[in-house]
Amino acid sequence: MLDAARLRADFPLLERQEHGRRLVYLDNAATTQKPDAVLHAIADYYRTTNANVHRGAYSLAIRATEAYEAARAKLAGFVNAWTPEGVVFTRGTTEAINLVAGSYGRAHVGRGDTIVVTAMDHHSNLVPWQILCQEKGATLRMVEITEDGRIDLSDFGTALEGRPKIVAFPYVSNALGTVNPAAQLTRLAHAVGAVVVVDGAQATPHLKVDVRALDCDFYALSGHKMLAPMGSGALIAKPELLEAMPPYHGGGEMISRVFDDHSTYNKIPHKFEAGTPNVEGAVGLAAAIDYLGAIGLERVAEHEQALAQAAIDQLTQIDGVTVYGPRGHRAGVVSFTYGDIHPHDIATILDQDGVCIRAGHHCTQPLMRRLNVPATARASFYIYNDLDDVAALAGSLVKAGALFGYVPA
Amino acid sequence: MDTSPPEPRLSALYQELILDHYRRPRNKGTLDGATHSVSLNNPLCGDEIDLQLQVEGGAIKAVRFVGRGCSISQASASMMTQLLKEKAVPQALALAERMSAMMQGDETAAGDKSLGDLRALAGVSKFPIRIKCALLPWNALTDAFKGQW
Repeated sequence: MLDAARLRADFPLLERQEHGRRLVYLDNAATTQKPDAVLHAIADYYRTTNANVHRGAYSLAIRATEAYEAARAKLAGFVNAWTPEGVVFTRGTTEAINLVAGSYGRAHVGRGDTIVVTAMDHHSNLVPWQILCQEKGATLRMVEITEDGRIDLSDFGTALEGRPKIVAFPYVSNALGTVNPAAQLTRLAHAVGAVVVVDGAQATPHLKVDVRALDCDFYALSGHKMLAPMGSGALIAKPELLEAMPPYHGGGEMISRVFDDHSTYNKIPHKFEAGTPNVEGAVGLAAAIDYLGAIGLERVAEHEQALAQAAIDQLTQIDGVTVYGPRGHRAGVVSFTYGDIHPHDIATILDQDGVCIRAGHHCTQPLMRRLNVPATARASFYIYNDLDDVAALAGSLVKAGALFGYVPA
Repeated sequence: MDTSPPEPRLSALYQELILDHYRRPRNKGTLDGATHSVSLNNPLCGDEIDLQLQVEGGAIKAVRFVGRGCSISQASASMMTQLLKEKAVPQALALAERMSAMMQGDETAAGDKSLGDLRALAGVSKFPIRIKCALLPWNALTDAFKGQW
């Protein structure tokens, strides 16, 4: 396992106390904390390099542009993107998927066509496709999940028989922690001619991602879930697809020549980056990639899996606790319920011990309906968590049980 | 594992009476002959309530609810239905205002006997994020009579 205590020293927020207790931050699937390296990179950018990118002819603006483009190249290397031009900076995963739906989708999906999603997709990889299908008169087909929270491969195969135009799925489920066989799903979808969109929000921070090995067509990620600032993220795409796609947002930067009544557009990726981009986000993301790279994503994955396993072992020992999701092939996300204690009540009680977990539907309402629960409590781990945090979670949960009469106080 | 007694603020929040209403909700179910029906949910946390009222001659003759959610929202709904029976609508709406005041930390409201069992929810005011849970059924009530009284 990683030396979490040493890493924690890099994260100023984690030194804080909540309600007089050590902060035990277990909501990393929602967003991670930021290390000094990222905070300093952002501050340094504004102190030494800030100017608008791709516009100025002066040295400062050239350095700002270089910093922005260097971040793009670094991210391209981090996920083994096809080319840096195939990396479009976005506000995050949600915007990246909306870009695909709004540009590729609107150009290629028509009446009677089918788009396939899964019952474990985050709303951000569902609602954009619902909107597109409603606009185009297309059909949305939701692939079922198995009882232990994996994509039902047999239903996936049946869905592909409808020859969908687009197949979208999450690499890692934000609510269950399931690591889906993304390369296999992509191969199956390509065999029927579909274009594959992978929601990588929960995978990129936690395991070694290689988009070329996956061979998907579009891959969306968020920076803020991997130590970088909020509002940073990207769409990684096969460049030839981006070349052929119409623009998404109109404005400055994305144009080549503008006439009174029409325009020609800039080359990729700039065609999809209208307006002044989030340069501090890109610079912060580059610093986060350096930080994670120094640790190694394989070790990050191992560390989280060990914590998740410890959490599952300890929580399932508490009478009345149900843990959702598969036992194998999972990331550091542990979703659970405890008897009839509503997850919000659990979260409130744990908060008094400084333990931060998420309670709710996790933006996966179709999944919650299939699990037959209105909500779950969710603990999600990252590099700075350790076994003490798991023990704090379990201990605090016993207190919740005492308040609700499950165990003697 | 740490099994020391829960902090006092928590025991103030999760009183026996609240858990009793949560586990044995009063007036739960659908109402035949309802004159007013409102469905409300809290998209942030997923709490849901369907509130049905039967109003005759300006008074609430019967009230029932169906809901899903945390102990605070469900106990508040259960307690509210107990209180509303035979109340004139303006009286019911006045209670909604008292409830809202109690959630804002108004201590005179918290001591107001007219709120009945609901006074057990006074501790919620110390947990700002949970106030919306306690007020969900009351917001359904005020929605039911919006523009009519």
